[in-house]
Amino acid sequence: MLQHLIVLPVVLPLVCGILLLISRHGSTSLKRVLGIGSTALLLAVAIALVDKAASGEVSYYALGDWQPPFGIVMVLDRLSALMILLTAVLALGCVVFASAGDDEQGSNFHGLFQLQLMGINGAFLTGDLFNLFVFFEVLLLASYALLMHGGGKSRIQAGLHYVVLNLAGSALFLIAVGVLYGATGTLNMTHMAVRLSELGPESAGLVSAGALLLLVVFGLKAAILPLYFWLPKAYSSAPAPVAALFAIMTKVGVYAILRVYSLIFGDQAGPLAAIEQPWVWWLALGTLAASAVGVMAARDLRLLVAYLVLVSVGTLLAGIGMQTPEAVSALLFYLIHTTLVTGGLFLLAELIGLQRGKAGTRLVKGRPLRNGGLLGILFMIGAAAVAGLPPLSGAIGKALLMAAATPAQQPWLWPVLLIAGLFSLVALSRAGSTLFWRSHDGEPSDRPLGRRQLFGVIWLLGASPLLVLLAGPVSDYTQATAEQLSTPAVQIRALLPDAGGDA
Amino acid sequence: MTLLWIPLLTLLGVLAPMCLERYGRNLCSLGTATPPAIALLLALNQVPALMAGEVPRIAISWIPQLGLDLAFRLDGLSLLFLTLILGIGLLIILYARYYLAPEEPFGRFNAYLMLFMLSMVGIVMADNLLLLWVFWEMTSLSSFLLIGFWSSQSDARKGARMALTVTGAGGLALLAGFLLIGDMVGSFNVGVVLDSADVILADPRYPIMLVLVLIGAFAKSAQFPFQFWLPHAMAAPTPVSAYLHSATMVKAGIFLLARLHPAIGDSAMWGWLVTLTGMTTFLYGGWFALLKTDLKGILAFSTVSHLGLITALLGIGSPMAILAALFHILNHATFKAALFMCSGIIDHEAGTRELAKLGGLRRAMPITALLMSLAAAAMAGVPLLNGFLSKEMFFKETLDAGLLGGLGWLLPLLATLGGVLSVAYSLRLVHSVFFKPAKTAPPKHPHEPPRLMRVPVEFLVMICVAVGLFPAVLATGLLNLATEAVLGRHLEFHLAIWHGVNAPLIMSLVALGCGVALYGVHPSIRRFVRQFATTDARMIFENSIQRLVARSQSLTERLENGSLQRYMSLLLGAALLLATLGLLELPQLAGGMPEGELDGVLILGAALLIFGALGTVVTHRYRLVSLLMLSVVGLVVSLTFARFSAPDLALTQLSVEVVTMILLMLALFFLPQKTPRESSAHRTIRDIALASALGMVVASLNYAVLTREIDSISRFFIDNSVPGGGGHNVVNVILVDFRGFDTLGEITVLAIAGLAIFKLLNRLRLFMPHSDAEGRVWSPDRYPMILTSVSQWLLPLALLVSVFIFLRGHNQPGGGFIAGLVTAVALILIYMARGVEWTQSRLDFPYQLVAIGGVAVATLTGLGSWLFGRPFLTSAFGHFKLPLIGEFELATAMLFDLGVYLAVVGATLMILANLGKVTTPHRPTKDAQPATSKEKS
Repeated sequence: MLQHLIVLPVVLPLVCGILLLISRHGSTSLKRVLGIGSTALLLAVAIALVDKAASGEVSYYALGDWQPPFGIVMVLDRLSALMILLTAVLALGCVVFASAGDDEQGSNFHGLFQLQLMGINGAFLTGDLFNLFVFFEVLLLASYALLMHGGGKSRIQAGLHYVVLNLAGSALFLIAVGVLYGATGTLNMTHMAVRLSELGPESAGLVSAGALLLLVVFGLKAAILPLYFWLPKAYSSAPAPVAALFAIMTKVGVYAILRVYSLIFGDQAGPLAAIEQPWVWWLALGTLAASAVGVMAARDLRLLVAYLVLVSVGTLLAGIGMQTPEAVSALLFYLIHTTLVTGGLFLLAELIGLQRGKAGTRLVKGRPLRNGGLLGILFMIGAAAVAGLPPLSGAIGKALLMAAATPAQQPWLWPVLLIAGLFSLVALSRAGSTLFWRSHDGEPSDRPLGRRQLFGVIWLLGASPLLVLLAGPVSDYTQATAEQLSTPAVQIRALLPDAGGDA
Repeated sequence: MTLLWIPLLTLLGVLAPMCLERYGRNLCSLGTATPPAIALLLALNQVPALMAGEVPRIAISWIPQLGLDLAFRLDGLSLLFLTLILGIGLLIILYARYYLAPEEPFGRFNAYLMLFMLSMVGIVMADNLLLLWVFWEMTSLSSFLLIGFWSSQSDARKGARMALTVTGAGGLALLAGFLLIGDMVGSFNVGVVLDSADVILADPRYPIMLVLVLIGAFAKSAQFPFQFWLPHAMAAPTPVSAYLHSATMVKAGIFLLARLHPAIGDSAMWGWLVTLTGMTTFLYGGWFALLKTDLKGILAFSTVSHLGLITALLGIGSPMAILAALFHILNHATFKAALFMCSGIIDHEAGTRELAKLGGLRRAMPITALLMSLAAAAMAGVPLLNGFLSKEMFFKETLDAGLLGGLGWLLPLLATLGGVLSVAYSLRLVHSVFFKPAKTAPPKHPHEPPRLMRVPVEFLVMICVAVGLFPAVLATGLLNLATEAVLGRHLEFHLAIWHGVNAPLIMSLVALGCGVALYGVHPSIRRFVRQFATTDARMIFENSIQRLVARSQSLTERLENGSLQRYMSLLLGAALLLATLGLLELPQLAGGMPEGELDGVLILGAALLIFGALGTVVTHRYRLVSLLMLSVVGLVVSLTFARFSAPDLALTQLSVEVVTMILLMLALFFLPQKTPRESSAHRTIRDIALASALGMVVASLNYAVLTREIDSISRFFIDNSVPGGGGHNVVNVILVDFRGFDTLGEITVLAIAGLAIFKLLNRLRLFMPHSDAEGRVWSPDRYPMILTSVSQWLLPLALLVSVFIFLRGHNQPGGGFIAGLVTAVALILIYMARGVEWTQSRLDFPYQLVAIGGVAVATLTGLGSWLFGRPFLTSAFGHFKLPLIGEFELATAMLFDLGVYLAVVGATLMILANLGKVTTPHRPTKDAQPATSKEKS
């Protein structure tokens, strides 16, 4: 089994997803056991993958035994291993939370959840541009189905925007892949990197058109300004465990930008190198600013968290726009933090809403909370972490990113980032004091907290203090990841020894 | 290691009260107090080492990449502050034991308090600037919890938020400032930074850095213009106010100024900014303290004022000024803590803090009266008390400051003025509470507090008096160490009560005299001031936040108006812009390949294609017509594939076309046949422009790609199709073998699409039109005879064709995908001819299982290769001989293709059945009333 380790993050959820969908009329507890078991197993696989990748070696798995550049390969390096692990950790919290009852609100939850994981993991692992498209489709359709889970008017409306825009994005993806294939004659990303170094000037424009079109597609996935407008509504109306899982979805876009442009459009690409940089950098700052305004404007806790997801997107993309290994290392640290914490906050918002009766998650005076103390502490941790206050992980991530800025970038990045942080702080303190401190007189609701729900929330939010304690080793890993990304030659040597890896 | 124990013990103190709460208050308080008490002893235990000139440090590497270490130091400055933080903290714990009402959550209160103490300890001991910042922001957070402790009160909530916002924002500026320092020096280590003054001062970014650091410090220490949060933080329980506003929170900013003074303080900019801010705050606070009518309000503004005094001293920055500042920090902490606790006692025992309702309390609480009078006298700077000494030193330093050039006399004048105010409000505080006859009786019958509640006050007042009397004995040691830490060298000084008749003494006397006089006339001043509109800082702050929120909301609503059309146009516009930029870089559009010949058929095809596309758009309001136009496009596309020798694609396109058209027709049933004109003229123009521009760009891209010679990997597939994949049909071998993984993904997508549509339609209750666009009722003849009979004998035929297409797929045009579509079409025909009920009763199998089963078969085929130790989806094939049939080939790829077939059939029918299910059983007929839609399981 060990030799198939790299493909397991795709095959395992696929197989479990199939089993779950086939046994759709089976008992609920059986489905839960299978769903949680599969996710836990995925976590184990992910740990093994990180362990393998930590050596610094890039390894690949040739599907159908067709060697690169001809067949499809799954590539394991530090980055993909990290992303898989992150997905698994997040997913475990979500699926346990969902097993408290959300999964029975509609059909096929666990099966679709596994297929969604398959899509996400595939996107992180694949070394092939067209295969990336396929996995984008898998995760798009699965996420659409999950978004619909439980039904309701607002979900259907938000889902429509989501799916229509993303399908248009898929069409653009196809055009872009077609153009890149037409110019380079290959689909394997590593091979494409080699081909770019040999590219004649008559096709350079074609490649840059394809590359920039891809940026639009990834930007839509990552939710960059001005392509993010669909996100707040979709995320805030999704069922809690789904919204929490979606915390990784924007990161798929961020990952794709990082992967494609550092590998294919690395230094060896000559004049085409770093073609995305100015766009990503300025639009990231714009995203940060606009989403900070959105944070301030939000009148509902879920919507607030959705905008916080956007703030994190802006922060991460700004890190990509900075184009140094230090910045990439910082953004990866921040990425781990923000994915888990915003995921946890979505789950927490659900728990808060459940106990507040009719007021739900709206930021208005409501019923007193039955478990106000515990939820308050959790909210405090989540809010401080996400707003970037010490001693939690957001502060470390933000400080790392700020410290990585060059003197030319500092005057742009720092004010925007700090003011966005301040806006989050103000909005969250207002939200928190309304939710926990300002309540009607009267009896608290009698809805107890589910143990599984609580586990989900603590599992995700607990990651923040843990990340602070382990900040040393984690940042060592992200640093090494950033260095690996900045030298595509390593991957070229590993996949295409004949290309010499000298490009 | 001892050093590490000081913060660790305080951390333990955070946990202790939570665990001990259930064992009663006494034990809880004791448990809370023990760890910091030990920590205080540990700190004092370091005194000999400090005296010997050592600076104990400890550093544990934490995040090397950031330069953040878990590094602590204990120099004289830290020691001075630690004594205050831990010492006064212990007194507060004792005091709070009696202050909080029995029903209030005592353990939580203590835990918050200890969390705050921990952050303060961290600030003063940090040997790394970033670590200092970490603790700095922790004070903001924990003070938020403390100020908002009485969370049911609106005042407390707003005060807490305001404090958090202001100090939090300051903290962010501070972070930027620290990062700049780190950038300049190359290290965040406090020791290194303090030794690098020349590097920092020479750096061009020094002014920005200084401003950022000062914003942080001033926001924390409530210096002008950030002073406004502090008075509103008085909504906190009094022990909190006593702690935060005497010894800790607000002193953090002062501490920072003192800490960094050696590194960044030696510039004219520092002198100007810090001194003038301090002086402004000094006067501002004093003035408003005189006007306030609430005990804690007076104390709050007096705190602001005294912080200004200390800041001004740090701004002046001479060695003696530093000494004076440090001395006043100590003195202010003692008398202010005592005063706050007294005001808490009064509030607690008399039930109000309003001066108007208090008076003549000296009879009811004589000891408290004495204690408070002494503390207030120390604040006013009355001789023989500690406040007098440091204030005297302050006056002297303003005389020697040498700032402001020719206007140098202004500083001592302002200082004296501040002194006058200080005397006046101190006098007012004591006089109106204890001595002035009461106008009304206080809400509660006042009496002395419990004995132990008074102990902390007694202790503090004792210090005030003792230090006032014997400064040289009691304060010199600590101050020696502290000044040495700030100045980096030993400073000779002598604290004494009597220096002879000199200018500072005269200033003191003037202040005392005028202060008493000012108190005499203050009612008329207050009457005068009452003419101005009162501005409540909290209202202003809340309003400006509200305004910010409202603006954010309107901006967000303008950005996200919920229009899909707009979002789509942004997406397409972005694609258009970026693709155009790429195209502009091409030297010329056409590449080197010669263009093919044009012939009549091609031109006709192209014309049809364009006609179909335009027709779709033009007729889009008539959905059915538009759909037909769209199908023209699809058919021509499949013909195009056929023309350019891609029979597989042509077949696929054709069958996909048929299936999607039928499904779309079904979906159209639920939509109005005709839609009203919705787009404005402007938008129509925009859409036309966008669509045509994008069309042209994509067409240009196509042209550019097609006319360029490429060296692609496709040669490999053609060469390896037969030897490696065992099939002559390269397209099919690519689909099921070379890139089988893609196909596996795609059939998964198809299956999920089926599930998604099931989820979407499952609960949807759709309006069903009972007639068509022209108002004609649907035909009552649901199942036309001809269609029924044709479909029935078409089915076996179609199945046969599917099998044929499927089997030949590996070598000739065909394959599982197309076969699946053909089967699906035949079944759809049956559905249409016979209706859902009839069909489902005969074709009784769940389509979800078929679709998922297809994916399962494909996956299992892939997994099968693991048994042979090969990677996922590795194919195998072989030639077999059977009698009668002859030689034939079997490939695992065919099994995979079977999976594709099943998935396609299953998913398509799932969609169809779900669409059909919503309608059929309840479709309106001629004689039946439209039935309410009900789900059929």
